[in-house]
Amino acid sequence: MAEEEVKLFGTWGSPFSRRIEVALKLKGVQYEYIEEDLTNKSPALLNYNPVNKQIPVLVHNGKPVAESFVIMEYIDETWKHNPILPADPYERAMARFWAKYIDEKFWPAAKKTVVAKGEEQKGAIDEIQQQMKNLEGELKEKKFFGGESLGFLDIAANIIIWLVVAQEALGMDQILNEEKLPVLHGWLHRLLDDAVFKECVPPKERHLDFFKVKFGSSIASK
Amino acid sequence: MGEEVKLFRTWSSSFALRIVWALKIKGIEYETVFEDLSNKSPLLLQYNPVHKKVPILVHNGKPIAESFVILEYIDETWKQAPLLLEDPYERAKARFWAKFGDDKVLTSVWNVFIKQGKEQEEALVAATENLKFLEEEMKGKKFFGGERIGYVDLALGFLANLISIFEEIIGLKIVDEEKFPSLYSWMQDFAEAPIIRDNWPPRDKMIVKFQALLDATIASSSSSSK
Repeated sequence: MAEEEVKLFGTWGSPFSRRIEVALKLKGVQYEYIEEDLTNKSPALLNYNPVNKQIPVLVHNGKPVAESFVIMEYIDETWKHNPILPADPYERAMARFWAKYIDEKFWPAAKKTVVAKGEEQKGAIDEIQQQMKNLEGELKEKKFFGGESLGFLDIAANIIIWLVVAQEALGMDQILNEEKLPVLHGWLHRLLDDAVFKECVPPKERHLDFFKVKFGSSIASK
Repeated sequence: MGEEVKLFRTWSSSFALRIVWALKIKGIEYETVFEDLSNKSPLLLQYNPVHKKVPILVHNGKPIAESFVILEYIDETWKQAPLLLEDPYERAKARFWAKFGDDKVLTSVWNVFIKQGKEQEEALVAATENLKFLEEEMKGKKFFGGERIGYVDLALGFLANLISIFEEIIGLKIVDEEKFPSLYSWMQDFAEAPIIRDNWPPRDKMIVKFQALLDATIASSSSSSK
């Protein structure tokens, strides 16, 4: 078997690069992690992702792959054990559909709930609760979106944790609470308990501090 | 084998066209359901309650929305005339460029069309930057997929349809043949491929539609007070 060289360029606080860490660890792939400073991007990063100049970038035997879902699909197709995507094409389509929903709808709405004020914030909170109800419809009775073990959509949904931590940091009421969203609430706790997944979230204190510093002043009373 | 394939679309949607092309390339029989987005059918709302948009592919009663998700489903379900290559790295590149097309190229080209003044100038700079990346990627190839039309060609095909329409309406060059020779000739080759050429929406109808959209946008922005 050929020598494998796998590198991951990421940042400690990015849900997108943490997704790749989960995927690689689930497959037991050895990799070198390179922490990037996004205010001072390395020549290597700019060389490997000249188009978007962003993390995460996976470099496998010198060949770069960018965009978190593209990387996750690449990982699943290259290391075929412990599949992240289901085998059935329709179920694969559902996982991809909801993953896209999370990045394109949930993520912007989540940011809004944290930075908006007054009526706009209330609207953003209503919207995101509806979105999470939609996700509950996809999860149903399952342990994880992927079934008995973590799958593509569980990994994509890691962003929900970022919202939960941000809300805690800013002293906001938790939108994702057991009363309003029992199904997703249960899932979240199973996710955070998972041996692989819990290694791939930012350290709690540092993450809380990050949100307090970044958004704390925006919720100062008027 | 009883296969039932339906495609919910509008006459003009570029996203829906991707699915038409994919189905035709693979020779899949399907039924078209045309939607009027100002009066969405109960079926559309039932099949895509989350986004309420087209295209939607319904295969044996099971609905799938989002054009790239549908394309991958089609490629995995009907294995003839593959849209994506087998190699994982090639597939990753194809997915990357398709996403780049929607996230960056489409957005910047749309802004060149719909915005005015300084905003339009800035949009043109962004669009040119983005198109340069495509030009690089296109060099030495007939199609993004190589000799045959593939996933990326279908994803970016909207350029071959919309660019000349936008250029005609606003009187501005977006894809200059001299600046973007490879991209320009790809647009011609793609548009002339039989399956593509036979499934373009009528150009005159498109001009009317987009001119009306532009007029409405200008009217509403000039009538809004600050």
